[in-house]
Amino acid sequence: MNSMVQVDSASAIAAAAAVAGNPVKIVAQGVNVYYGEKHALRDVDLDIQERAVTALIGPSGCGKSTFLRCLNRMNDTIVGCRVTGKITMDDQDIYDPQLDVVQLRARVGMVFQKPNPFPKSIFENVAYGPRIHGLARNKAELEEIVVTSLKRAGLYEEVKDRLGDSGTSLSGGQQQRLCIARAIAVSPEVILMDEPCSALDPIATAKIEELMDELRENYTIVIVTHSMQQAARVSQRTAFFHLGVLVEVGVTGEIFTTPRDRRTQDYITGRFG
Amino acid sequence: MSLIYFTGLAALAVAGFLLGRNRAAVANRTETFHSRPSYHGAYVVVSVLLPMLLVFAVGVPVAHHLVETQALTVFDPSVLDDELRRGAALRDIVAVATGRHTGDATPALVRAAETWSSLRAWTDNLILAGGGIVGLLGAAYGLRAISATFRARNRVERVVKVVLFGCASVAVLTTVGIVFSVLLETVHFFQKVSPLDFLFGLEWSPQTAIRADQVGSSGAFGIAPLVVGTLLITTIAMLVAGPIGLFAAIYLAEYASPRVRAVAKPLLEILAGIPTVVLGFFAALSLAPWLRELGQSLGLNVASESALAAGLVMGMMIIPFVSSLSDDVINAVPQSLRDGSYGMGATKSETIKRVVLPAAFSGIVSAMMLAISRAVGETMIVVMAAGLAANLSFNPLDAVTTFTVQIKTILVGDQEFDSAKTLSAFALGFVLFFFTLTLNVIAMQIVKRYREQYD
Repeated sequence: MNSMVQVDSASAIAAAAAVAGNPVKIVAQGVNVYYGEKHALRDVDLDIQERAVTALIGPSGCGKSTFLRCLNRMNDTIVGCRVTGKITMDDQDIYDPQLDVVQLRARVGMVFQKPNPFPKSIFENVAYGPRIHGLARNKAELEEIVVTSLKRAGLYEEVKDRLGDSGTSLSGGQQQRLCIARAIAVSPEVILMDEPCSALDPIATAKIEELMDELRENYTIVIVTHSMQQAARVSQRTAFFHLGVLVEVGVTGEIFTTPRDRRTQDYITGRFG
Repeated sequence: MSLIYFTGLAALAVAGFLLGRNRAAVANRTETFHSRPSYHGAYVVVSVLLPMLLVFAVGVPVAHHLVETQALTVFDPSVLDDELRRGAALRDIVAVATGRHTGDATPALVRAAETWSSLRAWTDNLILAGGGIVGLLGAAYGLRAISATFRARNRVERVVKVVLFGCASVAVLTTVGIVFSVLLETVHFFQKVSPLDFLFGLEWSPQTAIRADQVGSSGAFGIAPLVVGTLLITTIAMLVAGPIGLFAAIYLAEYASPRVRAVAKPLLEILAGIPTVVLGFFAALSLAPWLRELGQSLGLNVASESALAAGLVMGMMIIPFVSSLSDDVINAVPQSLRDGSYGMGATKSETIKRVVLPAAFSGIVSAMMLAISRAVGETMIVVMAAGLAANLSFNPLDAVTTFTVQIKTILVGDQEFDSAKTLSAFALGFVLFFFTLTLNVIAMQIVKRYREQYD
């Protein structure tokens, strides 16, 4: 196997083994997505394991981000977008008309490709979610949520003396960790990350990856990434998308060492993409 | 003469460009040039234009002065000393020379006119010839400069920079000039009326005596009623336009479907295109009587020209300013911020209230300030709908008057120019200018403080 991606097999296998017994959190069955006339995602069936990192990989335009955005119904905000099929989280259909999308998104947080802190102070950025969902009864509780979230996102030590500064004054990597803290602050069950490191330098990327490894203790994480190395480093399960089709899904170590599908093999060996 | 001169100038410039570009293009085949051929052409154009314009700009006034002085020598020296009589004599000379003089011309005048014509023809030819020679020399200079190493591109761009600087200066200098001329007349005014009376006086009745024994001639120049009137009308206008404009902008930017937006936004902007005089008579002839009747049925005493009518219509006038500018700044808020907020589980209105509007805050403030400046400076609606009576009243149902209305009233009419009444218009203008300037400075500070940079 001439894989370009080196999987640190011992630790990867250990991690995969550690999560192998975790229950399934999200089940997608026959998901199709259309942008107007364009059929962006075809018949995707995918299970997402609880408290594990699932990586979605594939060449640009393959539908991996589209699938990710189905999981918290962010596609709802796009005009002309239509989703069919069934996605359940904890056996509850998230496309059920009875379900409040606002509550869904409080359970499924999201971190975007480009850091997008609000033009508010660092404190207010993290406090945003708890405020709109009324999670804190008083100022002390709110402060505690903010501090805890910043600590979990590994940012607290760097910003503890300047919580009043604007979130946009931080460096790119810090901004992205601020966005992660903001997502954590509402205690979601799932965190979706849409290429969270593509705008960051290698050092900031390493920090975020480390963070993901810690966060997976408590959260279900789904990450879209262009970097196969990143997928190999951080994820326990990997799903490969190509041209709107889910080609292959499995334990990360196996996908990168013994892919079953020809297309997966071509992609991870760098023959296209 | 000017027509011939500039036709020649244009012809020389075009010819110079073509020649220069051609020559450079031909030479470019054998050696590598620093600049593209068209830059060499442009350099020739510049070296034709600059000297020719200079000759014209200097030559014409100098020649005119010489010709006039020469023609006027036939007159008595006393004529020349008096500015008014000198001007009259000159006009006569030109009239005779161009055959437009009515009545009999004195022999002296005829002689002067002959001198004027012949000298004028001579100097015109001189300028034409001089310009032509200078232009040809310039062209030759520009063409000679063409070589592989000559940096025509950099030279031309330097000239472009100077021209751009010149245009920017015109705008700035005009402003400075206007401010100084108004300031000068204001100082004159304050020599006649004490600034303290002007700024803090409570009565506005700008009358000055034409005769010393005139009854009721002592004017009162206290601007308090005008300040109150202006603020009252502006406040009413902003109470109308601020919320309506902002909410309209939020609807257009966040809620309206692209189809609705494509229709509604231009329609709203048409409102900005309605001449204010039309809005004015709408206010005076439709709204004011209606308000009056409404007031009467409620037992209120509404003046037939009221601050309320003027303010409401002025508010309508500035809605498009607020909404269109606010719509632009709301649209400029990056979608990623909205996504971030929706991703947190925020609803649309929470996102708008807590993320979009704060992010657009500085732009919205500057839109409001611009609208206020428009309202303060607006004349026509107030003239027609609010009346001229300088009442010191905070009651929107009374007739009030504003700075702009008083300036217009004072300057329309046949007052002596250096009377306190006429000069007071300049002082009012200056205060008004100072007021809008202050608003702009405040707006700029707010914008600077709250501006967010998005890339």
